[in-house]
Amino acid sequence: MILTLSSCTSIKQARPEGPRLGQVASLSDIKRLDISVAPDGLNLPVGHGNAKSGALVYQSKCQSCHGEKGQGKPADALVGGINTLTSNNPVRTVGSFWPYASTLFDYTRRAMPLNNPKSLSNDEVYAVSAYILYLNGVINEDFEVNQKTLSSIQMPNRNGFVDFSKMEHGH
Amino acid sequence: MGHIDMSSPNTKKSQELSDQSAKKTSPLNPRRQFFKKGMDAASLVALTGASSLSRAEDSIQKDFPIWSTTPGRGFTEYGTPSAHEASTKRGIAKAYGELSQGTGSTRTPLEKLEGIITPSGLHFERSHNGVPDIDPKTFNLTIHGLVRQALNFSMDNLLRYPLKTRTYFIECAGNSAQNILAPQPIQGTAGSLHGLISCSDWTGIPLSVLLEEAGLDPQGRWILAEGADAAAMSRSIPIEKCLDDAMIALYQNGERLRPEQGYPARLLLPGWEGNMNVKWLRSLKVTSSPTHTKDETSKYTDPMSNGLARQFTFEMGVKSIITQPSGTMKLPGAGLYQISGIAWSGAGRIARVELSADGGITWSDALLEGANTPQSLVRFRAPWNWRGERALLQSRAIDEKGQVQPTRKAYKANNASDGRYHNNTIVTWAVETDGSVKNVYL
Repeated sequence: MILTLSSCTSIKQARPEGPRLGQVASLSDIKRLDISVAPDGLNLPVGHGNAKSGALVYQSKCQSCHGEKGQGKPADALVGGINTLTSNNPVRTVGSFWPYASTLFDYTRRAMPLNNPKSLSNDEVYAVSAYILYLNGVINEDFEVNQKTLSSIQMPNRNGFVDFSKMEHGH
Repeated sequence: MGHIDMSSPNTKKSQELSDQSAKKTSPLNPRRQFFKKGMDAASLVALTGASSLSRAEDSIQKDFPIWSTTPGRGFTEYGTPSAHEASTKRGIAKAYGELSQGTGSTRTPLEKLEGIITPSGLHFERSHNGVPDIDPKTFNLTIHGLVRQALNFSMDNLLRYPLKTRTYFIECAGNSAQNILAPQPIQGTAGSLHGLISCSDWTGIPLSVLLEEAGLDPQGRWILAEGADAAAMSRSIPIEKCLDDAMIALYQNGERLRPEQGYPARLLLPGWEGNMNVKWLRSLKVTSSPTHTKDETSKYTDPMSNGLARQFTFEMGVKSIITQPSGTMKLPGAGLYQISGIAWSGAGRIARVELSADGGITWSDALLEGANTPQSLVRFRAPWNWRGERALLQSRAIDEKGQVQPTRKAYKANNASDGRYHNNTIVTWAVETDGSVKNVYL
């Protein structure tokens, strides 16, 4: 029931009803805006790169904030810390802590570099992701990261998380 | 030890805290002072520039302050606080210093505020690469993924949807992190240490209405919310929350959202991590499982000492903090004070707030003020007769689910050494014998 001025019906009180004004989003709309990449890698773009080409991308676009070879400072360290998570001084990096390689690709493409976000080509994102994974010893220097291989990369801390999403109170 | 004495507050006139009373403006009329110095009326007129005005010898004007004897300033189209309250402002913390002006946070000056509503311009901010300036004319919110029909919603169209208004707090999951990480307590104000919590009247569209229009696929169990900012903030949210009390907030405290709060539209997930209340919301993608974004894996997860980390710890725990008196204040002397503070819980309403002046040995209930609605701040109060000895003031909140605000020791035992999120532990303010209020760990 909707209030109408002419016939003065009652005002709906239960579940609110929308005017249904959503406009059809075309496939090209969606393709342009949907940049997210989940661990299954299904939405990855066409492209490829390896650590050798990635090193050049890193040095020109990333190193000024993340330090030489991903050692960090002033921004986060990207390399190291594997096997430190149970110590008194855990070091949490892409290599030691991140559970999925897809997250590295997704975040780099959407948010990096900080001063010029979303400016890297897909090949550059694949390549620099390969370089960070190589520095962490996750893949070798020649491994080609592309839309098919990224989701197959096994991160060291893949099983390091406990899902609390179904807990009523998370702590 | 101090003792909270609610039954017999003494009759001595309540004293204001020294930081509030220090800057009392003298009400003396400058004109009156001129006269005391023997100036005549003609030179006064010259000094004030009010050449056409005169004052009769026996007028009452000399007995009034300047603001009572001159017309006040004209109207303004958008008001601002008194110039005398210029110190009531957010503290800025840049995560990477000058490298990025807009990465980091600002903190609400909790110790300067009363009631439960945070003025919109003092709501805390946490932004990961600045505040975007979004043109609402070209803005679209897109719902896509596992839906019957992907849809774009323009701002003009969103504003025609049914709205609801609720009072909700938003707290950054990293609030109070310093009080867990720093080996020795950092001395600062309540706002500088715990100010990533704010509370507003939010008006928006129930998200369930928009999802119903797009048509949820039964396989859709999560929704990825993405921001239109440079950081493209993205978080995965279980479908149950989206269909429950989630809203697309368009208004804050009666006016359209402030840019730093997500203008023109933000996600509002009552009681959940601030980070998930995605600002500048541009898209909602319905998925079968979480996307595992950067801010739900490498950040905003809760590591434990066994090396594992809790993931998707959405709800903010039951928490409270005394804001009067609080860190860096100084009580001018023994006597009656009015303790005031805020409490909240992501799980619902606050059931009780207990106060201790002896570091948790004895407790008594504070008065809860106002409507005390779920996932809102509630203001608590109690009179306190300080006898001048060292006191350890604490507040401990208990919510309607029976959850009790934990101690700092309990948090440390339950988290890795670098755990910092979801610190809802009891805050202790020491009142030293000289009246100074210090941040201490118990």
